[in-house]
Amino acid sequence: MKYDVEVKISLKKGMLNPEASTIQRALALLGYNVHETDTIDIVKFSMDEDSEELVKNEVDDMCQRLLCNPVIHDYHIDINPQED
Amino acid sequence: MKVGVIRFPGSNCDRDVYHALELAGGEPEYVWWKENDFLHMDAVVIPGGFSYGDYLRAGAIAAITPAIEGIKKLVAEEKPVLGICNGAQILSEVGLVPGVFTVNENPKFNCQWTQLKVKTNRTPFTRSFEKDQLIKMPVAHAEGRYYNPDLDLLQDQDQIVLKFHGENPNGSLEGITGVCDESGLVCAVMPHPERASESILGSSDGLNFFKGMINY
Repeated sequence: MKYDVEVKISLKKGMLNPEASTIQRALALLGYNVHETDTIDIVKFSMDEDSEELVKNEVDDMCQRLLCNPVIHDYHIDINPQED
Repeated sequence: MKVGVIRFPGSNCDRDVYHALELAGGEPEYVWWKENDFLHMDAVVIPGGFSYGDYLRAGAIAAITPAIEGIKKLVAEEKPVLGICNGAQILSEVGLVPGVFTVNENPKFNCQWTQLKVKTNRTPFTRSFEKDQLIKMPVAHAEGRYYNPDLDLLQDQDQIVLKFHGENPNGSLEGITGVCDESGLVCAVMPHPERASESILGSSDGLNFFKGMINY
């Protein structure tokens, strides 16, 4: 079975996000008054695996070992079976 | 003393470090990132640069390469390891030193001379300084803001090596810009000792980092 995987990587609550605050300041320059700006990174790929459970375990491992730094990041994994 | 200078695709301070090691009286030798066994080295330096284009996070991809396996073998043999700038980011990504070096508070590339305070002289690299001695070395980074959720532990275990004195140019926690592991043998510093190794460069304070390692 083929699965589409999307990993969303965000900074832990309370962590400073200089990219987001710069974007918020730039939006203010254009006259947009926005608050609580945040940014997240999305990594997408597809995988062949026997079950969604196996995909989840493997992607979780990827997050711990490479995709995220557990000191500063939280992550969320979305898995969708591909339509034939 | 044979000192390995690790080279990743994107390392760019490797030749400067090589030169500074020679000035300090060492025998430097380049080590390509695909090597995982270089136990004939007495110490290693991971130089600065932009390994793997800083993709994902600075140091994240270098952290999973064979060279890191080789470095872990040296650490197990209690040999000194120094990570400078990108090398410091790599050591923190590997988890050989605590905390992270992440995006500067003011998101610009920070390239300037800094005044630093040596917070411990129990590492091979800082042993010739007095505790709280002020030294001068430059920084050059966009991801150098040190963060660690457990500052107390870091202080209690004497793992803070360098702090900015006066201006804190990147928003690091408590101005911390150099940390070590519990043993003090693995040290990660954002400032560049190799760029402050000859008086003609504006400071020779950095040379002591290499001399200290070589005479260890």
